[in-house]
Amino acid sequence: MNSGILIVILLLYLGLLFFIAQWAERKGNSKWTNNPYVYSLSLAVYCTTWTYYGSIGVAANSGLNYIPIYLGPVIAFPAWIVILRKIIRISRVNKISSIADFISLRYGNSRFLGALVTVISLMAILPYVGLQLKAISETFHIVTNSTESNNVFLDTSTYVALVLALFASFYGTRYVDASEKRKGIVTAVAMESVLKLFFFIILGLYVTFYVFDGFDAIYAKASLMDNFEERNTIHGLEGGMNWMMLIILSFFSIFLLPRQFHMSIVENNREKHIRTAIWLFPLYLLLFNLFVYPIAWGGNILFEGKDVNPDMFSLLIPQLFDNTFMTVLVFLGGFSAAISMIVVSSITLSTMLSNNLLIPYGLLGSLQKDNQESNSERIVNIRRIGIFLLIILAFIYYRFFIMDFSLVSVGMISFVIVAQLGPAFFGAIFWKRGSLNGAVAGIIVGMLICFYTIMLPFLLSSINPESNFFKEGFFGYTFLQPFQLFGLDYLEPIPHALFWSLLFNSLVYLFVSVSFKGNYRERNYAEMFVDIDKYINNHENAFIWKGTAYVSDIKKVLKRFLGEERTNRALSIFKMKYNIAPDNLLADARLVKFAENLLTGHIGTASAKILIESVTKEDKISLPEVLKILEESKENLIINKKLTETSNELKVLSAQLKTANETLVIKDKQKDEFLDTVTHELRTPITAIRAASEILHDDDEIPGEIKKQFLQNIITESDRLNRLIDKILDLEKFETGKQKIYLSTGNIIQTISKSLSPLQQLISNKKIHVEFDENQFKVLVDFDEERIIQVITNLVSNAIKFTDEKQGLIIITVLNEEDFIKINVFNNGKGINPNELETIFDKFYQSNNQNIKKPIGSGLGLAICKQIIEAHKGKIWAENVQKGVTFSFILPKNK
Amino acid sequence: MKKILLVDDEPNIIMSLEYTFKKNNFEVFIARDGQEALDILKIEQPDLIILDIMMPNVDGYATIELVKKNEKLTNCKVIFLSAKNKESDIEKGMQLGADAYMTKPFSIKKLVEQVNELLSTSP
Repeated sequence: MNSGILIVILLLYLGLLFFIAQWAERKGNSKWTNNPYVYSLSLAVYCTTWTYYGSIGVAANSGLNYIPIYLGPVIAFPAWIVILRKIIRISRVNKISSIADFISLRYGNSRFLGALVTVISLMAILPYVGLQLKAISETFHIVTNSTESNNVFLDTSTYVALVLALFASFYGTRYVDASEKRKGIVTAVAMESVLKLFFFIILGLYVTFYVFDGFDAIYAKASLMDNFEERNTIHGLEGGMNWMMLIILSFFSIFLLPRQFHMSIVENNREKHIRTAIWLFPLYLLLFNLFVYPIAWGGNILFEGKDVNPDMFSLLIPQLFDNTFMTVLVFLGGFSAAISMIVVSSITLSTMLSNNLLIPYGLLGSLQKDNQESNSERIVNIRRIGIFLLIILAFIYYRFFIMDFSLVSVGMISFVIVAQLGPAFFGAIFWKRGSLNGAVAGIIVGMLICFYTIMLPFLLSSINPESNFFKEGFFGYTFLQPFQLFGLDYLEPIPHALFWSLLFNSLVYLFVSVSFKGNYRERNYAEMFVDIDKYINNHENAFIWKGTAYVSDIKKVLKRFLGEERTNRALSIFKMKYNIAPDNLLADARLVKFAENLLTGHIGTASAKILIESVTKEDKISLPEVLKILEESKENLIINKKLTETSNELKVLSAQLKTANETLVIKDKQKDEFLDTVTHELRTPITAIRAASEILHDDDEIPGEIKKQFLQNIITESDRLNRLIDKILDLEKFETGKQKIYLSTGNIIQTISKSLSPLQQLISNKKIHVEFDENQFKVLVDFDEERIIQVITNLVSNAIKFTDEKQGLIIITVLNEEDFIKINVFNNGKGINPNELETIFDKFYQSNNQNIKKPIGSGLGLAICKQIIEAHKGKIWAENVQKGVTFSFILPKNK
Repeated sequence: MKKILLVDDEPNIIMSLEYTFKKNNFEVFIARDGQEALDILKIEQPDLIILDIMMPNVDGYATIELVKKNEKLTNCKVIFLSAKNKESDIEKGMQLGADAYMTKPFSIKKLVEQVNELLSTSP
C-alpha cells in the first residue's frame, strides 16, 4: 500500500480521536462520558501493541506463555474492591495525581522519594513507549511494503511520532491541576479500546474461519508440526515457577504501572465504577486472548520454514492473502493500542516529571514570585514540553537502542522495574510501621538487583553477546552469574530477576522499617493512609501540625497558583466545613493541610509542602508525641462512636419506656375504671337483695303476694351476682392464659341454633323478630363449641337489649369463605358512637361519660367474646351500618 | 301527702323503695333514668328526689344540675343513692347541691330516717 494513502488514513483516524476527545470534554459529566463502562474500557490501556503483536509472537514460539501477563490482573480483580477503593479514597482526599505523589506522600511527603519514584518510572516506561513507537514504525513499513530508512528525517515513522507527540502534549495538559479528570482523554482511550478489540476479533475470525476451517482445522495442522509438543508444555515444576513469577509480575503491574494508576485512580469518577470494572475488564482480556493462539499457530503453519517475525503474523497473514482492507484494519488496531499507551503514559510521566522532579528541585523558587496566570501557564508549558520531549526521547531510544529486540522482552523489563515500587506501595496502605528509609532502601536495593540481573546483561548482550560475564559472573564468582544468582538456575531471566529483586526489596523495606522508626510526619500519613475510611470525611483533622501560621500568608501563596477567586471560594468552603470564624487570623493544622491539598494538584505534594512551610513556622513534634496524639484521637474516635451508639440506644430505650409508660398509665386508668364498673355491678344486685331482705325482716304486715315477689327478687339478684362472678373469673382465666380452647370440627349453623334456643323466651317477651336460616347447608369449621355458644349468646343478648320492643329486628348470617367463616349479628337498634366501636371490646371499657351506663351491662361480655375469638385466632369487631349495628367475627379455617 | 320521686334503672331496687315509701304515706313517682325523671318534673313538683347516678341516657349528675336550675323546684330536696362510694364521688354529689348522699347497698331504715329528717326541716 502506498505510504501516502496510509498517512492520510492515519491522519483521519487521529482526527476522529481528536474529535471524540473534544466532544467528551465539552459534554463534561454527561452519562456518555461519566459511566462505569467508559471507566472499565479505559483501563484496557493495559493492552498495548504487546497484546496486539507481541503475544502472538510468544504464542507462536512458546505456546501458552503469553497467558500469565493477563492472569495476574484477573487474579488481582477481586482484591480491587478492597485495595483500589482504598487507594482511590486516599488519592481523592489528598488530591494525588500520580503514583509518585502517592508513595512519597505516604512516607512523610518526601521530596526525595517522589523524585526517586519518578526516575524509576521514567526508566521503566520510556523504553516501553519507545517500543510502541517501534511497533508503529515496523507495522507501518510492513503495511506499506517499505523499508526503514537509515536517515531518521526521511523515515515516515519519524513524522508519525512527531504528530503523536504534538497530539499528546496538546491534549494531556488541559488543566493545571493534575488531579483534575481528563474526560476527553479517557473517552478517547475507551473508544480506542473498543476499536482495538473489535479489529482484533475481526482478524481472529478471518484467520480462523476464512483462512482456515475453524479451530479444529488449525489444531489438526499445527499438531503435525515438529516442535508443537515441545512448544506447548508448561515444562514441569520449573516452568510452573516461571509462570507463577510472571503472574506475580503482572499482578503488580496492574496496580503500579503509572498509566494504570492514572486511569484506575486519578481518572476514577465514582467508586462504584469499580464494580463494573471487576467483571468487564477481565471479560475484555478474555475476549482479546481468545484468538491469539489460533492466529499464532495459523501463522506458524502458513509461514513454516520462512524467516519472518512471528510478532507480525497478524499483519502478514492478511497480507499473504492480499487482503489490504484487513491489513489496514489490523494496523489501525495496533496503532490504537500504541497511541493509548503512549498518550496516557506520557501524560502521567510528564506530570510526575514536573510535579515530583522539576518543580520541587528547582523551578519552585521562580514560581513563588510570579502571579497565578503566568504560573499556570508555566506549569502547563513545562508539562507540555515534558510530554513532547518524552515521546521524542522514547523515539530516539527506540531508534538507537532497541532496534533489535522483540516487543515482549523490553516490556517485561519495564514490568520488573516498576514492580520495585510494589513493597513500598502495598506497605503504604496496609502497614503503618513502613518508613521512608525502609521504602527508599528497599527500592534502591531492588533496582540494583534489577540492574545487575537484567539491565546490565541486556546492554552487554547487545554489545558483546559472548561476554564471560554471563557464564562466570562478576569477577569470576559463579554464584554471581546474572541469570543464576546464588545458584538459582531454573528460572528464566525475567522471573529470576523479579524473584531476587523483589525478595531483597521487601526484606530491606521490612528490616529497615522495623529497625529505624520513621519521623512523626511519616507516622501521621501512615495513619491517614492505612485508616483512610476513618478520616474520609474530615481528613484535615487527621493531620498533625503544631506551629504558627497566618491565614493571610497562606492565602497569598494560594493566590499565586489558584488565583484570587478560587482561593477565596476554597477558603470560605473550608471555614464553613469546620465552622471557623471568618476573621480568624491564625491558621491551624487543618488549614495547613487544606492549603497543601489545594496546591498539590498544581505542583505536586512535595512542592506544596515546601511552599506552605515557607510561610509557616512549624514547631518540632517528637514521634512519641505524634503517636500519643494519634492514639488519643483514635480513642476519641472510638469513644465518640461508643457515645453516639450509647446515646442512640438510650434514645430508643427512652422512647420504648415512654410508650411502655403511656400504656401502663392507660392500663392503670382502665383498671381503675374496671374496678369501678365491677364494684358497681356487684353492688347493684347486693343492694337489691339487701333492700328486699330488710323489708321482709322488719315488716310483719307485708302482704303475701308482695312478700313472694321480694323473695323472687332476691333469688334473681343472687343468680345475677353469681353470673357476674363467673364472668370475671372467665375473663381472668383468658387473660392469664389459663383458659384452654378445645377445638373440634362442627357445624356452626347447628351451634348458632343451639345458642338461640335459650334466648327464645327473652325474644318473644320483647316481641322482636330474629331472622336466622337454620336449614342452610352445613358450615364446618374447627372451634370450641361451648365458647362459641357463649360468644353468640352474648352478641344476641346484647342485640336484644339494643333493640326496641316490638320493632326490634335481629339478623344472623353466616358466610362461608375459602379461608375463614364470618358470622354477622345485625340489629336495628341505635348505632354505636364511632369513637367507641373498638373500645367496647376492652374489658375495662366504660362509655366516655363514666356515669352513663351502657345497656350492655358490665362490658365484660364483649371483652370475653374478644378473648374467645382471639384464642381461635379469629377477629371480632362492630360496625355501624344503615339502620343499625352489625357485630361480626371470623374464624379461620386453617389454624 | 308528701311527694317523692324515685330515679333508678334497677327495677328490683325501685320495687323495694316504692313499697317502703308508699307504706310511709308518700305519693310515689318512678323514673327509670334521668330523662324520664326530667319528664315527670315538668308536671310534678315532688318534695324530695332519690337519685341514682349511673343510669342510661341521662345520668344523676346531669339530672340534679337541671333540677337546681328549675325555679319551681327550689324547695325540692335531693338525695343521691349510688354505688359510687368514693370520697371524690360524694364530694362531687354534694357540690352539685345534693342534700344528702347515701351509698349502695343501703339500709332502708336509715334512708327513711334521712328522708323524714330532710322534710321536717323544710317549711
